[in-house]
Amino acid sequence: MADLNKGEEPVDRKSDVSATEAAEAAEPAGAVEAAIEAPVERGEPILQVRNLVKHFPLTQGILFKRQIGAVKAVDGISFDLYQGETLGIVGESGCGKSTVAKLLMLLETATSGEVFYKGQDITKLSGRALRAVRRNIQMVFQDPYTSLNPRMTVGDIIGEPFDIHPEGAPKGDRRRKVQELLDVVGLNPEYINRYPHQFSGGQRQRIGIARGLALNPEIIICDEPVSALDVSVQAQVINLMEKLQDEFNLSYLFIAHDLSIVRHISDRVGVMYLGKMAEIGTDAEIYDHPTHPYTQALLSAVPVPDPEAREGRERIILTGDVPSPANPPSGCRFRTRCWKAQDKCATEVPVLAIPERFKDSETLAAHESACHFAEEKDVVHAA
Amino acid sequence: MDLAMSEAETLEKTPGGPLGTGPAGKPRSLWSDAWFQLRRNPVFLVSGLLILFLVVISIWPSLIASGDPLECHLSKAQEGPEPGHPFGYDSQGCDVYTRTVYGARASITVGVCATLGAALLGSLLGGLAGFFGGWWDALLSRIADIFFGIPVILGGLVLLSVVTSTTVWPVVGFIVLLGWPQVSRIARGSVITAKQNDYVQAARALGAGNGRMLLRHVAPNAVAPVIVVATIALGTYIALEATLSFLGVGLRPPTVSWGIDIANAAQSIRNAPHMLLWPAGALSVTVLAFIMLGDAVRDALDPKLR
Repeated sequence: MADLNKGEEPVDRKSDVSATEAAEAAEPAGAVEAAIEAPVERGEPILQVRNLVKHFPLTQGILFKRQIGAVKAVDGISFDLYQGETLGIVGESGCGKSTVAKLLMLLETATSGEVFYKGQDITKLSGRALRAVRRNIQMVFQDPYTSLNPRMTVGDIIGEPFDIHPEGAPKGDRRRKVQELLDVVGLNPEYINRYPHQFSGGQRQRIGIARGLALNPEIIICDEPVSALDVSVQAQVINLMEKLQDEFNLSYLFIAHDLSIVRHISDRVGVMYLGKMAEIGTDAEIYDHPTHPYTQALLSAVPVPDPEAREGRERIILTGDVPSPANPPSGCRFRTRCWKAQDKCATEVPVLAIPERFKDSETLAAHESACHFAEEKDVVHAA
Repeated sequence: MDLAMSEAETLEKTPGGPLGTGPAGKPRSLWSDAWFQLRRNPVFLVSGLLILFLVVISIWPSLIASGDPLECHLSKAQEGPEPGHPFGYDSQGCDVYTRTVYGARASITVGVCATLGAALLGSLLGGLAGFFGGWWDALLSRIADIFFGIPVILGGLVLLSVVTSTTVWPVVGFIVLLGWPQVSRIARGSVITAKQNDYVQAARALGAGNGRMLLRHVAPNAVAPVIVVATIALGTYIALEATLSFLGVGLRPPTVSWGIDIANAAQSIRNAPHMLLWPAGALSVTVLAFIMLGDAVRDALDPKLR
């Protein structure tokens, strides 16, 4: 029965699509996800990540190094990114968020797994093909103080993409292009001859965004782009990024640890714990109907501005520390800190899928969650 | 974007020297800005003129000294100044003024060439080792350790005693051979620091090759400590030449150098201090000029100090 229902699930939720069409669309794995996660049509994913793994080897010995283990920074992550959407990735420090960003930017070599950009696996590319892909995937860095070369003028920093990819702008046209980009990110085009140290943190981050936009990329990977900024400046930069997304139809992969900001900017959210994806869904599904205990614990820590509501709500306080990624727990990685953990959790790795009990339900709890005992618990609004 | 406007206003008020006030005229780069800065820096102008003067008299010493440095009158040994011989005479009765002027050539050649050689070789090898890391780094660091282990005086006595050439080049070569590991260690360390910065990752994410990352991002941010070490080393190298000459394995007569004269004068410093004063003074001024030049260049390459 369950299998049958899986096929029919999208039919119920997408009333504008006929039953046969939906059944056909439900065949490939990506389409099932798309149909279930989003009530709106998303089309083909622009970036598909499949079982991405990054293990950093731990070696011993000076001359003859031998591997004694590996830090499993990212351990089998899969997700899709659609054209024009923002996928937020949240998780605490050390859970592998930034490694995912570096892997997608091809700044690190993946241990295994694939990243498909428009159907092409980019992890195996090199030379000219790699450069061509780099044009379309750009990054905004976390720290605006170290991501801009202090010895280059703003004009040189934003113009550098055109030096590397001369096809991006004809030679005589570059200066005008750079000034246009400064204008787009809300900076005075006359600042072209200044140096990064003459700008504030927020302005520097705008310069970083302008550099990322220079080559008209389709995907921008933002690795905690606002966490180094003041709260008031965070809002400006986030608003700018939203404006640019609409203007240039950008897809963002937005990595952050601030849950409120992720909720504000994201269409979908993925929650990471110790190198694995714990739960993924639209922002309403994750924030209002979390089913994974880790997500519930994270959300219960979000500050609530209303003092009365704050008193009534339940705080889930996790015990213990995050286990070492070099020696993660067997089975479910969260089991050492989970209040629901049972024997099954130590032996069986939970798969990231829609939990059995929610398969037939039409509520927003029916999204992918990697927990054997997934159940809904509204921690944000609970009285 | 009201807040962006207010940010813009505050930026307008920040003092930025000639860069902050200039309109967005023609595009400028780090090097053109550094040159703009240097031309207005009195320290650079003074040290530059001094070095220019020293170079000119090294090439044409007869411009300011009409005598012959090898024409000596033992009867006048260690005598003080007299008309026509403002600096007095040394132990051999040679004119100290003429010898000081003629000594500039050998000393400056040794100092500048050895410094350039050690700095270029050291920063090239150390920079590449720091940038690429791995086995190349391990190999190079061990080789540098071997050269570090050679004692300067003993090494000089052994290596230079077999050389028969009377030119300065064996001494220059020896100093470069012993001097590059120091620069290479400094360069390696600062390259490793610089390459970890996010802007190097950003350049790589844009598709920049190793050459561009090294030349545009790593080198300009790693060069400052190398400049400092090199300018200080320049003085040490001229002094090292003097030591080697004193031991009889450096420059040999009839070559005239400050080092030889300082070594000779040191023996009779109580009887005739003027013999030491002039060549040592010339050496100090030369070293000071190069250190000031190095300082000015280093500051000009750092936009934050403008």
